[in-house]
Amino acid sequence: MHELSIALSIVEMATEESNKRGGAKVDAVHLKLGRLSGVVKDALLFSWEIACQGTTLEGSRLEITEIPVVVHCENCKTDQTLAEINNFSCPVCDEPTPEVMQGRELEVTALEIIE
Amino acid sequence: MTQTRLVEVRQNVLKHNDVLARELRIRFQKAGVFVASFVSSPGSGKTAFLEKTLTKLRSQYRIAALVGDLATANDAARLARAEVPVKQIVTGTICHLEAQMVSDSLQDWDLNELDCLFIENVGNLVCPSSYDLGEALRVVLISTTEGEDKPLKYPTIFNTADVAVITKMDLAEAVEFDLKAAHASIQAVRPAMQVFEVSSKTGAGMDEWLEFLQSKFVDGRV
Repeated sequence: MHELSIALSIVEMATEESNKRGGAKVDAVHLKLGRLSGVVKDALLFSWEIACQGTTLEGSRLEITEIPVVVHCENCKTDQTLAEINNFSCPVCDEPTPEVMQGRELEVTALEIIE
Repeated sequence: MTQTRLVEVRQNVLKHNDVLARELRIRFQKAGVFVASFVSSPGSGKTAFLEKTLTKLRSQYRIAALVGDLATANDAARLARAEVPVKQIVTGTICHLEAQMVSDSLQDWDLNELDCLFIENVGNLVCPSSYDLGEALRVVLISTTEGEDKPLKYPTIFNTADVAVITKMDLAEAVEFDLKAAHASIQAVRPAMQVFEVSSKTGAGMDEWLEFLQSKFVDGRV
């Protein structure tokens, strides 16, 4: 499980951003989490509280938006969303779809700051 | 009165690792070193497979290996039997290698003196998938004793790999390994991925694998 170290990185990032704004209190961190990022949402949420302990982020929320895997289908010439990450084939025509357009994200998108 | 304000940030959480991996990749390319990393579950035969690979190639190429493990240096000792420079990265409680660990362990090696470098990741099919190590080729291994549906259970690591190797083919019959189902599982999570079938024990399939690898060395140097 590497979610704790990921959570610690997010806390570090948010602390830096907060410091840039004169140590503003962070109420929530918004995160985009791709289903192919290799990071598990529940494990990350579980780690969040521990990672925040003793930091200025203690008591803050981690708001996760899960990003589905979108692939490009060469046959249909369109982008398609996959229902499962262990079946990389076009949901319309069933052709294999190796080209991943979206779903690897692990990105802090915004902070909710208390003023 | 307190008010909550939304501040846009947009930062990749693994930025530090990704930047370092990119720097490593450039260093490897400049020095003309082809770098391959190996990921699999514990006990899939990574070390035996690497030992065989190193032994076969060492007379023609200048090779070195980095080995990641949580606690012991046993694997490095095994790889050292192939008589190439080997360094162990003991990760402690960390379940994967990161670009920083690779960078740190390269400090006293002259990359210009190498043709290729092999990096054996910690045995784990989950965490290593998120970390770029600057490698040119990521190889994922699955052994015949693990079950054909491993790729379906761990799609992310298979999806981030470039080629797959099915190991312990000498045991396939004894454990009633369904080769066709295994290939189908791999293709489901990574369509068009090239797959090799090998036995480190008997040497079966090693020639095809080595031929493929050597073709990559040439590509890597261009």
